[in-house]
Amino acid sequence: MKKLIISIVLVNLLAACASEPKKEEAAPAPAPKAEAPKVAPAQAAVDPLNDPASILAKRSTYYPFDVAVVQDEDKPVVQAHAKYLSEHANRKVRLEGNCDERGSNEYNLGLGQRRADGVNKMLALGGARADQLESVSYGEEKPRCTDHNEACWKQNRRTDLNYAK
Amino acid sequence: MVLRVLQGVVGLLLLVQASMAGAVLSIEIIGAGEHQIPVAIVPFSGDEKIAQAINEVVTDDLQRSGLFRLVDPTGKSPHEPAEVSYPDWQVRGAEALSIGTVAAQPNGRIEARFRLLDVVKQTELVGQAVSASEDQIRAIGHRIADLIYEKLTGDRGVFSTRIAYVNRQGKSFRLIVADSDGHNEQVVLAHSEPIMSPAWSPDGSHLAYVSFETGHAVVYVQSLYTNQRVVLADFRGSNSAPAWSPDGKQLAVVLTRDGSSQIYLVRPDGSGLRRITFSGAIDTEPNFSMDGQHLLFTSDRGGSAQIYRMPVDGDLAERMTFGEGSNFSPRHSPDGKSFVFAHLNSGGFYVAVQDFQTGQMSLLTEGGWEKKPSFAPNGKLILFASEARGRGILATVSSDGRVKQHMFTQSGDAREPVWGPYP
Repeated sequence: MKKLIISIVLVNLLAACASEPKKEEAAPAPAPKAEAPKVAPAQAAVDPLNDPASILAKRSTYYPFDVAVVQDEDKPVVQAHAKYLSEHANRKVRLEGNCDERGSNEYNLGLGQRRADGVNKMLALGGARADQLESVSYGEEKPRCTDHNEACWKQNRRTDLNYAK
Repeated sequence: MVLRVLQGVVGLLLLVQASMAGAVLSIEIIGAGEHQIPVAIVPFSGDEKIAQAINEVVTDDLQRSGLFRLVDPTGKSPHEPAEVSYPDWQVRGAEALSIGTVAAQPNGRIEARFRLLDVVKQTELVGQAVSASEDQIRAIGHRIADLIYEKLTGDRGVFSTRIAYVNRQGKSFRLIVADSDGHNEQVVLAHSEPIMSPAWSPDGSHLAYVSFETGHAVVYVQSLYTNQRVVLADFRGSNSAPAWSPDGKQLAVVLTRDGSSQIYLVRPDGSGLRRITFSGAIDTEPNFSMDGQHLLFTSDRGGSAQIYRMPVDGDLAERMTFGEGSNFSPRHSPDGKSFVFAHLNSGGFYVAVQDFQTGQMSLLTEGGWEKKPSFAPNGKLILFASEARGRGILATVSSDGRVKQHMFTQSGDAREPVWGPYP
């Protein structure tokens, strides 16, 4: 029984991990299109944050081991979010730093904070205001993947841009 | 039985099943001390169920330490010194003999009258009456095991102490306080957000810890008696790594409110906050020396995470660990002569100790996912987080590396363990 429960939890976790990117791809449901003409059309059509084809659909930056600097390949993503935030003063984003398990929990809390702060700084430089940004760290406490290998670790070394609803 | 640590200790594998309802399913002991003391534990006379329960705790405790060889008492059951025939026990190879009686007192408390006899010299080593309420029978057993341990090894026993750790099961986190053998669980805090870094106040009355329940890392101090708690540090960013000074009058904490993780001192009520590191690096996991004068901590100021030491009143920090790999989570030994820490290299995490005087580092474990080591208050055992059969478990290793034990809790992952002070 116990094993069964654990398995179910695991399956759910895996499903949550696996389905995340898919959700973003599958986001354009047909329903909004049909309703679009009735509801304020301008606003709904304009918010690029909800456009799965936009670079803004990317909400994570990734890092090498024990590194907190935003990598070149992620810079366009962060810069696009900076531009978006500067143009949408009412939007707020939480930057959540995460780490792989190769460090103590406390050290990783510091490293995750440094990752989040790095993205925070780049967003601010790109025009976002301080009151739109909050950086926190989860260290290694919220891994996306829990195996002891690099395939897993590289998914866990990241900063998530989590927009307030 | 002598097992060399370097050859890999696999010799003796005992499975001690915990028979009472409790959190720990099983404890596996690996290895044995260099000189095991042969001791016979005769079940006490009196209420058989209670006597049996006490006997089990005493024998489990002594066996777990790896320092004793239990001599089978079958066929002989003396309960008073006058009933002891010493030659019987000499023949069986016992050097010491534990006997006694147990009875319910008029006030409902259970009292065990216990004696430890020297079989060779035919004298009494210690005699004591130990009592507790009916639901604390295990405490009687731990106390007796402590007395036996103390008399026969010369070191103070730690069987009556407690430990704290975090149990993670999916998205459920529980901060738990338990007896040193994992029994007698008490949930201090349960939440769907992570909990980490429990730290005992020196008198064992409070736990400081980090909880993410408000969405980011905040340090709380909670009374274990009233469960009331105060917010110790809740600034922007992360607040973490609480460590008590030996006099309990202040804590070191790590805050990112001024940039990267830096160490601050604060009083237990949250007042008097003062920054003491100014590195711009990650400075974390402070741990006070026994005299309260120095802090060990982890820092990446030299490029990789290493252990440093600095005076508490703030001065230049001295790097303590060198060589390949990185090092984390330092803690002073109770005698102040060494420190234990987690060593990471390509083989994974190891529990390591380093002597202050010689600077010599030695690995106590074979490596894997062994994190967050902390000394028992007698300095003879080290508790750490490990992994076995795909689960996070609690583990201990003797300070000489010879005896290890794995403690399997019922479910979930055990993380972030820390050994509490003497009661």
